[in-house]
Amino acid sequence: MKTAREDSGKTGFASRLGARTALTATMLALLALVPLYAAVTGDPFALTLFTRIVIMAIAAVSLDLIMGYGGMVSFGHAAYLGIGGYAVGILWKEGIVSGFVQWPAAIAISALLALVVGALSLRTRGVYFIMITLAFAQMIYYVAQGLDRYGGDDGLTIGQRSSFAGLIDLNNNTLFYYICFAALIGSIYLVSRIVNSRFGLVIQGARSNERRMRAIGFPVFRYRLVCFVIAGALCGFAGALLANHTNFISPAIMFWTRSGDLMVIVILGGLGTPFGPVIGAVVYLILEEALSRVTEYSGLFLGPALLLVAIYLRGGIAGLFRRNAP
Amino acid sequence: MAALNPRHAWAPTRGAPTGALGSQGDEQMLYFVEQCLNGVQLGMLLFLLAAGLTLIFGIMDLVNLAHGSLYMLGAYFAATFAAVTGSFVLGALLALLATAASGMVLEVIAIRPLYGRPHLDHVLGTFGLILFFNDLVRRIWGPDGMTLSLPSEMLRAFQILPGVYYPLYRLVIILVTLAVAALLYLLVMRTRLGMLIRAGASNREMVGALGINIKLLYTLVFGLGASLAGFAGLMQAPILTVQIGMGENILILAFVVIVIGGIGSIRGAFVAALIVGLLDTLGRAFLPDLLRAVLSTDAALTLAPALSSMSIYMLMATVLVIRPEGLFPAASR
Repeated sequence: MKTAREDSGKTGFASRLGARTALTATMLALLALVPLYAAVTGDPFALTLFTRIVIMAIAAVSLDLIMGYGGMVSFGHAAYLGIGGYAVGILWKEGIVSGFVQWPAAIAISALLALVVGALSLRTRGVYFIMITLAFAQMIYYVAQGLDRYGGDDGLTIGQRSSFAGLIDLNNNTLFYYICFAALIGSIYLVSRIVNSRFGLVIQGARSNERRMRAIGFPVFRYRLVCFVIAGALCGFAGALLANHTNFISPAIMFWTRSGDLMVIVILGGLGTPFGPVIGAVVYLILEEALSRVTEYSGLFLGPALLLVAIYLRGGIAGLFRRNAP
Repeated sequence: MAALNPRHAWAPTRGAPTGALGSQGDEQMLYFVEQCLNGVQLGMLLFLLAAGLTLIFGIMDLVNLAHGSLYMLGAYFAATFAAVTGSFVLGALLALLATAASGMVLEVIAIRPLYGRPHLDHVLGTFGLILFFNDLVRRIWGPDGMTLSLPSEMLRAFQILPGVYYPLYRLVIILVTLAVAALLYLLVMRTRLGMLIRAGASNREMVGALGINIKLLYTLVFGLGASLAGFAGLMQAPILTVQIGMGENILILAFVVIVIGGIGSIRGAFVAALIVGLLDTLGRAFLPDLLRAVLSTDAALTLAPALSSMSIYMLMATVLVIRPEGLFPAASR
């Protein structure tokens, strides 16, 4: 009797796990086929939309690393998107168009910023941490507004995409999409390697019980800071891709509601799951786009939907496939 | 998503110094007094919002991003009712009631299921409410925004010191808000409801176990917070355009205030609101001149706006680095 119940429990779990893997595989396959769809239907907009979705998914994956696995709720993550984008934009304006310079610069500057923000913010806890990361993002937002040479409040139109010495032509939208897609797969792989390493286990341990981890002898602050810097650098890279995608960068991308969007994407998809942020980005951005096509007032439906997810869907969409006990 | 307006639309206009013509020093002094009053007025406005936020956070442990939406609702209600009734005061009173009622209905329908849940769920849910309210307002009132004109007797300038004139309405805002702050203090410290509020903030379960209807208490507190936010919105409505997204910027400033003051502390919110209001206003008014003393004029003019917008966030970061729980930690409330 007992074994039978255990067995049925196991099959239930296995089927849910199977469903989750199947869903993930289907989603990635569909994402890989987007350019084909765009070519067949002759609808270039699908490619534009999904390039944006994939780039936002990279940013969400980076946020999930600190927020989901590390318990560090950063309400200013869009700042790194902006910094990465401005690194590309400013270098272009100053005549440096090589992606070999622009992209590493975007990553390095974002990492540096994350180091400063993290070193100061990680002293605080809970809501105070949420608010201090927000404060830093707002500061950077106002700095960008003050950059008159680079468009100030109106933003900067970037004349050309990063060039890679003739090796890769980013103006080919299909190629650019696949580069972003590969970057997304790479980010997911990177994050899952990180969280399953010894380093990642310390980070997750500190989320569950910081005092205990410190008592065992781990310098929790330093581990967290390194994790925060990795996430910032990854998001800065996403920002560089985004600036290349839209050929435009403005302070608006760093306004606090953009950071809120990123948080919503991660929570909606499922905190602390490898593919949750991708699911969240796909669902949220497609929903936003679809609603804006059928109604002028998309918020009337999107808003309550988010509220219902917050109330009823614990663990986000990915959580649907994880719970094997009532 | 709604068009966001990330500008400091609520910042008082920086006018030429008013008042009697005197020597250069006198004129600067008058300008300084005027800017200080503007700062106090912004601080009072921030206090109204921050008090509600900090009450709701301290008692229900709820991160309410939709607080700015109630501020926006208050302004829209005031503009509408004032137009219908033809009276500013009557319109304001009706708007206050309407915002309080909206807040309580919102609490029962949407907020109640979020109590006791992780803060991230609050962020997700109330962020959804922002999107909802922005488009609801656009649906009802249209995308263009509204204006609320003051009764003519409010438009005068008032002589506060010999030779120093100040817009009467802004003075009224300061005084009325001070009165509201005093009432709030009496309510929290001297009444039975206030006692329950304080008890709820220190030990929720115990208050419930003692037979207090905690659900009703929460609804009342949320309604109180909503009316404070709505009051801030309707008082500010005649000074600036009533528009969609007006709550988003001010909400973040209010969060800055409660974090500097110490979350859950009304006294802290009051002190921090004054500091933030003064710093922001005086920074905008005097930073360009101060920087010009050190830098070239061009550099100063470029740097000053960004720096003055950043100043309050720098203050907040500094406070948190030195005192991670804010100036008045809730324990010493």
